[in-house]
Amino acid sequence: MADEATRKTVSEIPLLKTNSGPRDKELWVQRLREEYLALIKYVENNKAADNDWFRLESNKEGTRWFGKCWYIHELLKYEFDMEFDIPVTYPATAPEVAIPELDGKTAKMYRGGKICLTDHFKPLWARNVPKFGLAHLMALGLGPWLAVEIPDLISKGIIQHKEQQSS
Amino acid sequence: MATVEELKLRVRELENELIKCKQRRSSEEQNQPRGRIERMSAEVVDSNPYSRLMALKRMGIVEDYEKIRSFTVAVVGVGGVGSVTAEMLTRCGIGKLLLFDYDKVELANMNRLFFQPHQAGLSKVEAAEHTLRNINPDVVFETHNYNITTMDNFTHFMERVSNGGLEEGKPVDLVLSCVDNFEARMAINTACNELGQIWMESGVSENAVSGHIQLIIPGETACFACAPPLVVAANIDEKTLKKDGVCAASLPTTMGVVAGILVQNVLKHLLGFGTVSFYLGYNAMLDFFPTMTMKANPQCDDKHCRRQQEEFKKKEAERPKQEVVQEEEEIVHEENEWGIELVSEVTEAELQAASGPKPDLPEGITVAYTIPEKDEGASSGQTVEETDQSLEELMAQMRKM
Ligand SMILES: [Zn+2]
Repeated sequence: MADEATRKTVSEIPLLKTNSGPRDKELWVQRLREEYLALIKYVENNKAADNDWFRLESNKEGTRWFGKCWYIHELLKYEFDMEFDIPVTYPATAPEVAIPELDGKTAKMYRGGKICLTDHFKPLWARNVPKFGLAHLMALGLGPWLAVEIPDLISKGIIQHKEQQSS
Repeated sequence: MATVEELKLRVRELENELIKCKQRRSSEEQNQPRGRIERMSAEVVDSNPYSRLMALKRMGIVEDYEKIRSFTVAVVGVGGVGSVTAEMLTRCGIGKLLLFDYDKVELANMNRLFFQPHQAGLSKVEAAEHTLRNINPDVVFETHNYNITTMDNFTHFMERVSNGGLEEGKPVDLVLSCVDNFEARMAINTACNELGQIWMESGVSENAVSGHIQLIIPGETACFACAPPLVVAANIDEKTLKKDGVCAASLPTTMGVVAGILVQNVLKHLLGFGTVSFYLGYNAMLDFFPTMTMKANPQCDDKHCRRQQEEFKKKEAERPKQEVVQEEEEIVHEENEWGIELVSEVTEAELQAASGPKPDLPEGITVAYTIPEKDEGASSGQTVEETDQSLEELMAQMRKM
C-alpha cells in the first residue's frame, strides 16, 4: 500500500460517517459538512507538520471541486491548478483528480490531465467506503502522485519553475 | 541528362499520382451515401447490403432477422471497443444507435480500429456518426458529447435511456458499456438498476491481454456493484509486470475480439438464437475463454439492485411452474493453476490485513480485489467530530486557510 509516513498521515485524517452521494439531497449536505471537516483537519495537520501542500474548495452544491497543489523541489515551489467533479456514484467511486496543465506531459495521466493512480488505490478506496473522503483522496492519491511525478518531470526538463512564484 | 529508364520511372510516378487524384475527385463527387432502404430484402444482388445477413434466416440460424431494425442500442464510450461495436451494429442494420462519449479523437488512438487520422480533433461521437451514417443510412443516430458521471449529464443520460427508443418515449432495448473506467461503469450500473434496464458490460485489461463481456439483468444476474469487478485471471507474474511510467496499454486485436464477442452476444440476445453468455472472458495469453454466471447479491450496496431482486423474486413466484425443472449447472471448481489470484500487486501484509472472502469462481476468472466483511480490516480511527457549523461556514473556513 503506502509507505509508513503516508500511513501515519492518513490515520490522522478523521473518517467520514455519512454514506451519501450528490444525488441524495439532505444527506449529501451532511456528507459535505463531513468532507469539509476532514479536509480542514487534514490541512491543519499538514501545516503543523510543516507540510502544507494543497487547498481545495467547491461550488455551493459540492459537486465541482477546484484548488491548488504545490510541491517543493530543491527549495523551489512548483504550483499547479487541480480540479475534479464528484461522480454520481460517489463515495462508492473516488473522483478522478485532474491537473489540466500537465496533460500530455506525462504518461502517468489519462486524457484531460487526469492523474493515473496506483493499483493499490482502488482496492483501498473500495474497502473504506464510505469512511474515506476527499482528504483521503488527496493523501493517498494526489500526494504520492506528485511526489513521484513532479521530481521526474523537473529532472526531464518538462516543467520549469515559474520565476514569479515565491518559493 | 536523364536516361530513358529514369524518364520511364518518372512517367510511371506521374501516372500513379494522376490515378490517385482521379480517385480522390470521384470519391468526393460520389460521396453520396446510398438512399434509405425501406424493407430488408433477402435478394442476393450485389447492390443489396443485407443479402448476407438475411441469408441467416434462410439457413435457419435466425428466425426473423428483420427484427433487428426494431431495436435501439445505446453505446456508452466510443473508444477502442465502443466504436467497433457501433460499426458492427450499424452494418448489421440495427434500428437506432445512441452514442455517448465526451472525448475527442486523438492521433494516440490510431493503434485502434475505426477512427482515422484526419478525424483527429473531432468529438468521437460526431466523427463516429459521420462514418457510420455513410456506411448505413438506414440506422437512426443520436449522439451525446458529454461525461455521463457528472450530476446534470447523468440525469440527461437516464432520461435518454428511458425515452430514446426508436419511438420517442420508449426505452432503449439495450445499453452497452464500452467505457474504460470504473466511475463510468458504476454510473451505468446505477442508472440501469434504477430503470430496470438490461445492459452489457465490456472491458479490456490495462495490460491489453485480456478482456470480458457480461450481461446484467437487474435483479436477476449480479450487477456491477454486487461483487468486486470480475476480471480474467492474468497468468502473468504481477511482480514482473512493469507499470512504471505508463497507465495503460492497448491492442487493436484484443479490443476487436472483445467488441466481436460483445456484439455477438447482443445479436443472440436481441434476435434470440444460440446461447447468450452471462460472463465471457478472453485470456489472450492462453487463448482461453472462461464463462460463468453469477446471481445478484442480496447484500448488494445498491438499493435499487436489491429492489429489483425483490421484484424478480415476486415475478418468479407468480410464474407457473414448468414441468421440467431446469437444473442449475454447477460451477465446477478446479484447482487454480493460474498462480496469481489477485490482479493488483497487493503485498502479503496487505492481504492479511485487509482481504475479504473471495467468491467461488470458475477457473480463469477472479475478482479485481476483495473487500473484507463489514468493519473488518477497513481503516479504523477517529471519525469527524460533529460541530454546529453550517456547510457555508465550513466552506468559508476552508477558504480562509
Ligand atoms: Zn447488485
